[in-house]
Amino acid sequence: MTLEHYLILGAVLFCVGLLGALTRRNAVVVLFSIEIMLNAANLNFIAFWRFGENPEALQGPLFTLFTIAVAAAEVAVGLALVIAVYRHFKTVDLEQLDTLKEE
Amino acid sequence: MNTTSLALIALLPLLASFITSCMKCGRRAAGVAIVAMFGSCVLALLAFGQAWGMGPNKHVTFDIPWLTVGTTTINFGFVLDPLTGVMAAMVTFVGLLIFIYSFGYMKDDKRMARFFCYLSLFAAGMLGLILANNLLLLFMCWEIVGVASYLLISFWNHKPEAAAAGKKAFIVTRIGDIGFLIGILLAFKYTGTLTLYDGGNGLLDLASALKEVGHGFKSEETGTLFTPAIAAIVSLLLFLGAVGKSGQLPLHVWLPDAMEGPTPVSALIHAATMVAAGVFLVARTMPFFEAGGTEMVVAWTGAATALVAAFIALGQYDVKRILAYSTVSQLGLMMVGLGVGGVAVGMFHLLTHAFFKALLFLGAGSIIHGCHEEQDIRKMGGIWKSMRITSIAYLCGTAALVAFPFTSGFFSKDEILAGAWASSEPIFWISAAASLLTAVYMTRQCLYLFSGSYRGEHAPHESPRVMTVPLVILAVFALALGAISRGTIFDKLPHVQYDHNDFVIVVSVVVALGGIALGWMIYRGRKLGVDADPLAIKPLREKFWFDEYYADTVGKLWSLAAVIFEQLNELLVFLRDIFVALARGLSSAFAIGGDRKLIDVMAFDGLCDWLRSLGYAVTRPQNGFLSGYLRLIAIGAVVLGLMVFWIS
Repeated sequence: MTLEHYLILGAVLFCVGLLGALTRRNAVVVLFSIEIMLNAANLNFIAFWRFGENPEALQGPLFTLFTIAVAAAEVAVGLALVIAVYRHFKTVDLEQLDTLKEE
Repeated sequence: MNTTSLALIALLPLLASFITSCMKCGRRAAGVAIVAMFGSCVLALLAFGQAWGMGPNKHVTFDIPWLTVGTTTINFGFVLDPLTGVMAAMVTFVGLLIFIYSFGYMKDDKRMARFFCYLSLFAAGMLGLILANNLLLLFMCWEIVGVASYLLISFWNHKPEAAAAGKKAFIVTRIGDIGFLIGILLAFKYTGTLTLYDGGNGLLDLASALKEVGHGFKSEETGTLFTPAIAAIVSLLLFLGAVGKSGQLPLHVWLPDAMEGPTPVSALIHAATMVAAGVFLVARTMPFFEAGGTEMVVAWTGAATALVAAFIALGQYDVKRILAYSTVSQLGLMMVGLGVGGVAVGMFHLLTHAFFKALLFLGAGSIIHGCHEEQDIRKMGGIWKSMRITSIAYLCGTAALVAFPFTSGFFSKDEILAGAWASSEPIFWISAAASLLTAVYMTRQCLYLFSGSYRGEHAPHESPRVMTVPLVILAVFALALGAISRGTIFDKLPHVQYDHNDFVIVVSVVVALGGIALGWMIYRGRKLGVDADPLAIKPLREKFWFDEYYADTVGKLWSLAAVIFEQLNELLVFLRDIFVALARGLSSAFAIGGDRKLIDVMAFDGLCDWLRSLGYAVTRPQNGFLSGYLRLIAIGAVVLGLMVFWIS
């Protein structure tokens, strides 16, 4: 297993996540997809750390830890937004939410 | 005498003219004008006193720089020399008397204030002309005099003849003025200065120097060669101006017509001032004539004028017209005097003539006034009985004019004849003949006026004191001036040396007395005004058809030119119409094709539409859908990534 394998896996994961974020209509699924993209990034952090010049410095795990924490907070905010949107529009279908434009 | 007081001689009447132009009351305006003229007269007499103290060919100049062109400065200057002094004194003195006389003559005229405004303007121009130490200033004053004489001659502009006479005077003198102007420009070109006296660098200084040297010399100012030929051309052009102004042949035709003006105007214009301006110009620029050797042109022109005008005067019936032709004739004699004898001879006759001719005109005015505006001598007669003072004064003037021995005219005419005898016998005989005719026509006129009984309807009456007093003063001068001033004038003014031949004196006495006797013999025992006049033959009555001749040549040519130019005008109008149509078509093509289609529709509206659709296209992605935004972000990220990849 070399660095390239991990990076390819990360890219695939990112693309899956991006595709999901761009194409899915359900706001919750879009949140899932964003989590997948974040995890792809985390995978890259770990891979670059593991195959980098100084594996003893633990930079990768630390960055990943931070990212997971930020992602958790983000998901909390995102889910709260989804609930607020649902309460307001009675739907979480993104195709029907077009108020984010200039009237 | 300083610059201010010298300038005031001319400026006082000018000021009076400004003031009277704003006044309505004729009597007050007359007062202002007369007071100004009086002040001017006093100053002129002072100046005369100073000038008379100088020797001949001495002068004082007062120059103020006026305008500077390149390195040449044109001065606005005055000169004081015996010539200026005597002219200024004479003009202001005679002018003052004429002003006073006008006060009586124009009393009933509604436009008296305006009349005095014009008179003052005229006097101002004339005095400026006399005092000017600069040909350009002289020319400007010359033109002021021209304008003022036009205004004065056509003063009674409700009379068509008066309006026509004013125009004629203006246009005919203008022909001469063009020559004058060209002469000034030529003089400036070859000498680089317009100042008359300038400490050796003035025009007249240069001309005198030229006469001494005899051949041309280079002007330091302009680098052009100033030769006797140039001086001759300049002098002839200046003489052309003098010919127009002084009514010399062939430009004399305006002067008799100018009689349409009020009589004081005739006196002012014909006796003392305007016609004297031409003679004065020749006298002033005499060095040019001497340097160019053109004195004889002046003399011959004068002699021809003197004879022709004297002949015409024989056949006239209008009292003022006779005097007008007499003036033309006498001006001719002055020119003869200038040509053959130099400045002193011409100026002497000008001076004496100014007094006795002013006297005759004012006397004629008094007679006309007394005879209820009648000017035809056939309808007068017997005036001796009713207008004693006027008649005596008039006879004094006549005596001076016919050169009756020991009157002023006798001395001055004698000098002219003596000068002519010394230089050219034909001119002498012509002048003598003119003098003889003068005596004949004046005798004729006096017989018509004074003898017999009155042939008009209303009885004539004597004029008021304000008119007769100037007559008496002038009469004294007309009789005495010649004897008094003869010696000093010849001391102070330059002239040619010539002998006084006894033969000449005999001739001048014989022509004067013989002329009177001849006139007496012709008209003795005739019923004047009823019988046919033996001297009023057709060519004389018709003034040798000068007017008709001009009408047939110049007038016809002018009419032809008018027709041609009218046709040209038509052509131009036609061309103009074509161009207008073209321009209009072009402009509408531009308006519709260029402006409306190209600019409005294509450029302006088109650009607006394009911008609007662009803006619309740009706003399209902002559709409010979250996934759309995300897609754009993704595309942007990919593009950015590709750019980073591509650059590195």
